[in-house]
Amino acid sequence: MKEGKPRLLLGNEACVEGAIAAGLKFFAGYPITPSTEIAELCAQYLPQVGGKFIQMEDEIASMAAVCGASLAGVKSMTATSGPGFSLKQENIGFAVQAEIPCVVVDVQRVGPSTGMPTSAAQGDVMQSRWGTHGDHEIVVLSPSSVLEAYTLTVTAFNIAEELRTPVILLMDEMVGHLREKVILPDRSELMVKARPKPDLPPGQYKPYADYGDPAKVAPLAAFGEGYRFHVTGLTHGEDGFPTNNPDVGARQIKRISEKIASRKKDLPQPEELFTDDAEVFVFAFGGTARSAKKAVRDARAMGLKAGLIRAITVWPFLEEPLLRAKAKKPKAVIVPEMNLGQIILPVKRVMGDACPVIGINKVGGRYIEPDEILDAIKEAILGGSAS
Amino acid sequence: MRKEFRLAGAGGQGLITAAIILAAAAAEHTEYNAVQSQSYGPESRGGSSKADVIISTDEIDYPEVKSPEVLLVMTQEACDKFVPGVRPGGMVVVDETYVRTVPPVDAKVLRYGISAKARELGREIVANIVAVGLLVGLTGIVPEDAALEAVLARVPKGTEELNKKAFLAGIQAAKEIG
Repeated sequence: MKEGKPRLLLGNEACVEGAIAAGLKFFAGYPITPSTEIAELCAQYLPQVGGKFIQMEDEIASMAAVCGASLAGVKSMTATSGPGFSLKQENIGFAVQAEIPCVVVDVQRVGPSTGMPTSAAQGDVMQSRWGTHGDHEIVVLSPSSVLEAYTLTVTAFNIAEELRTPVILLMDEMVGHLREKVILPDRSELMVKARPKPDLPPGQYKPYADYGDPAKVAPLAAFGEGYRFHVTGLTHGEDGFPTNNPDVGARQIKRISEKIASRKKDLPQPEELFTDDAEVFVFAFGGTARSAKKAVRDARAMGLKAGLIRAITVWPFLEEPLLRAKAKKPKAVIVPEMNLGQIILPVKRVMGDACPVIGINKVGGRYIEPDEILDAIKEAILGGSAS
Repeated sequence: MRKEFRLAGAGGQGLITAAIILAAAAAEHTEYNAVQSQSYGPESRGGSSKADVIISTDEIDYPEVKSPEVLLVMTQEACDKFVPGVRPGGMVVVDETYVRTVPPVDAKVLRYGISAKARELGREIVANIVAVGLLVGLTGIVPEDAALEAVLARVPKGTEELNKKAFLAGIQAAKEIG
């Protein structure tokens, strides 16, 4: 892999190169459009770096294998799309509960069910947040460019390893299947976090230690290195054994949520463009944010004060830039997304009655075009007579 | 500078590969920015296939081509579907082997038997590379040697000679019809 030279790279390819740069050593998957290139390239690259690739019998098993490999001490990943993402949810929940670091890539396609395999959508926003049952927090990151598919994959591994949690990389077909000119950063410039090792000997080590500080997460001992402990999806105590004690259970459930909720400031913060003096804000993420950026630039060229807030961390929802927008008493917040209205829900919750929150929604595989967003900006600033 | 290309035909004609090569030649061998995207059905052969390339001196936000300045059509169906969307004053390059009639359009229409030429060179499978040569020759968007390098970097090992011939045939054809 050649860093430093301009290359035409596919979004999915950039994701794999990012994963390898982050230290990926295990991939288990069941290839599915439009994520297939991720499995193909992992099969090609992993043996070259001493890693393992397994094509499993289905998505359920591949998520289970990822959990197992991670417990054995290696950085692990799987990739899928909507139908497979549904199947993986049970074991994603297991990874949440058992605090197993891993990265799950979902290259979204049109759903529900098998939907439209080769067409773009952003319909898994809520599934990525609440696809698995029970109270939990989860980190979901969404790249808008091929370069970001690379850098965010590295970030996803760092967060997964540091917080001992699954991290979802929520891609869409628009970015996953886009080829773009990129110059990848030199490996020496990348921040890659190694998995913290336990500093206590076996016998004293507590795999689910509660330090009283939600930001402090117990290191994960690798199986095969002398530590033996119990791993379960049942609610458990600090030693990992199941419990029905309501107090111990409540503490564990809250701890695994708070370890993420308390770290919002450490997650990738939204990109802001022209937000200082904006009268209308566009809130977008993933591939659609490219249309939004073009629309905002076009609006500025016409003298219209539009600004862009691009969420990079989709979940937990980072409210800060919207709260600042709200304080400016904007004329509207416009939320384009390739679904029938999902990320608009937390945007509405934050904005309250401060201004209209207008969705631009499209399903069926067509991208939201910059002009559709520009029209909404014009309407919000100039009023109905604009069009 | 911003130039938008659309390459359209049937799945299996190699148009996505052709678009990748065109974009790679610009991205990897010139100062330009380039993006390449596509739409296709679930089938690997047959069905319709469309690949877009944008080459620009500026940052490219929205990657989809709305109204291509240069359109290559390699089936009648693609011709009927995409010719009306060509930018006025643009260019339509038609594979005469498969396209019989071109709808009236405010653009320069250039016809060449792309697939027939590829067959003559040995295998129709290199028609897409003839097309790359033709587009590079007609537009001058990237230097010929850069495009050839991009071709050779992205074709299967052992097929370099045939693909080089196909590319050069496209360049030659551009001189004849351009």
